[in-house]
Amino acid sequence: MTYRVITRTRTGTIAGFAAIALLIVGLVMPAVASRSVIQDMFTILTLLTLAQVWNLLAGYGGMVSVGQQAFVGIGAYAMFAGVILLGWDPVLAIPLGGLAALALAIPTAFFAFRLQGAYFAIGTWVIAEVTRLLVAQWKALGGGTGTSLPREATVDIIGVDAIRALFDVRDAAARDILAYWLALALATATIAMIYWLLRNRLGLALAAVRDNTEAAKSVGVDAVRIKWAVFLIAAFVTGLVGALVYVQTARISPDAAFSVTDWTAYVIFVVVIGGIGRIEGPIVGVIVFYVLQSTLADYGAWYLLTLGVIAIAVMLFAPRGLWGLLSDRTGLHLFPVRRRLIPTEIRPDTRPVP
Amino acid sequence: MMWIDTIVQGILLGGLYALFAAGLSLVFGIMRLVNLAHGDMIIFAAYGILLITGTLGLNPFVAALIAAPVMFGLGWALQRFVLNRVLGRDILPPLLVTFGLSVALQNGMLEAFSADSQRIAVGPLESASVDLGLVTVGWMPLLTFATAIAVIVGLNQIFYRTALGRAFRATSDDPVTASLMGIAPKSVFAVATGLAMVVVTIAALYLGMRANFDPSIGPARLIYAFEAVIIGGLGSLWGTLAGGIIIGVAQTMGAAINPEWQILAGHIAFLVVLIVRPRGLFPRAVD
Repeated sequence: MTYRVITRTRTGTIAGFAAIALLIVGLVMPAVASRSVIQDMFTILTLLTLAQVWNLLAGYGGMVSVGQQAFVGIGAYAMFAGVILLGWDPVLAIPLGGLAALALAIPTAFFAFRLQGAYFAIGTWVIAEVTRLLVAQWKALGGGTGTSLPREATVDIIGVDAIRALFDVRDAAARDILAYWLALALATATIAMIYWLLRNRLGLALAAVRDNTEAAKSVGVDAVRIKWAVFLIAAFVTGLVGALVYVQTARISPDAAFSVTDWTAYVIFVVVIGGIGRIEGPIVGVIVFYVLQSTLADYGAWYLLTLGVIAIAVMLFAPRGLWGLLSDRTGLHLFPVRRRLIPTEIRPDTRPVP
Repeated sequence: MMWIDTIVQGILLGGLYALFAAGLSLVFGIMRLVNLAHGDMIIFAAYGILLITGTLGLNPFVAALIAAPVMFGLGWALQRFVLNRVLGRDILPPLLVTFGLSVALQNGMLEAFSADSQRIAVGPLESASVDLGLVTVGWMPLLTFATAIAVIVGLNQIFYRTALGRAFRATSDDPVTASLMGIAPKSVFAVATGLAMVVVTIAALYLGMRANFDPSIGPARLIYAFEAVIIGGLGSLWGTLAGGIIIGVAQTMGAAINPEWQILAGHIAFLVVLIVRPRGLFPRAVD
């Protein structure tokens, strides 16, 4: 008898079609939605992307980084450098953000991979602080007080004219729509890439290393190479998000771009509340986060206080997050990665003798 | 001459950092718990002391004596009812719980005490200084440093001279074997966190007397404290003092060269030590 390894399930297929439908809705949304909705969606999608890669890093790779703001910040500053120092179009300068984050991630990894567990968390945080303090010395980009994208760079961003004509909106709204589409593309590509990765050999190796490093090594998994791959992918995507966010805001300062609260604390909350170690987790988490934010927006500090308390409660009573709670009860997996052996046809020569 | 002064000031500043870090070192060394809310707890205790001095009109040192047992109780309860439930092989759950606690504490204090910066007043002691021949140092930094030494000596006495200390060291080395010997690790942990909160109260007293504080500055204090603990090595309190001094001296030397480099120099000293000795200078326990 022969077997086939598959991960496909009927729910997974239905979820796939639903995701495509959702993507199409997302693409045409600017035609009907107001500008504030588009801005909210931009925030949600960028947060979702950050949460997905942090989940890959911590939930699958076992690397609990508290220093992802280093890559957001360096990505944003690289984009600003591309625009202000090199005169590039802001949108075309976004890949610079990813590359700069990648360049920073290599020395960071050399240093941080010598550290374990808690030391790793603190080490990455200190590196982010050092990067922030060094960038604050970069006088050409405003030093400690920061700077704005020059007006002549923001007025003729690639594609804005076309969007303005298409939806008949003002310049600023057209820029928001462009940023939203880019965020949608980045979030979709990130989720698709992570899902593809997890269904691949690398994903299997990653799960093996996370569950038991020694056992994984003993069957030939190169644990160090996998950690490197995951860390660099996460840094690259985080850098892209940083650049994209600051194309939209068009104003940067070291304290904002390297904020541990905005770029790491919120992200961790989203992942934890939704469910760590699953692709669905950050999606659920970002929805909860957004609902909380919009209902408690008028209460200032109470909002963050509530968020903190919810995170503690989730860790105590549902350590696998809200999606984990649901999935454990119902067995539902929208992005199935579990490998199952399915017997294929029974060949005549292996048929048991009656 | 100027360099001697810089180094002495750095060493004394290191005493303050060691005081911030001693409670963290205790908890980290015994149960490998990364308490990300440690800095905010110091600020919380500082507000507590401020409240007592304000309402009862007491001297800050007396106020700290009143605050300490309350903080012990809070620490004990926090460990008993929350943190003990998430401790385990995976470092992520306790990390996230204390992270949630940090954000909740910060914003709770923001609601309760507003964002205005505060200071615990101690009168003439604040600016008094003493001439030591080569250098002139403030009484306050000197007192801070002496207190840091006293706290570490005191904790070491508990660690190496009492049954409780033996229980601390045993659970730190191997909680399973310790529990076979009749020790209940979870009760030991609760007492350890309570004790750490007493140290936090002492740190809060000096933080509040030496500088202005507001609800948002906890995390910045936390990062220095962690650097001191990691430089010193897991489980070594004297190592934590050495770590604090290294950060303090690096900061004052950095500031002497260029005021903008103060914080940066401290962080870089930390990174350099960690590159050379990934487990810190004097690791006692195995992590």
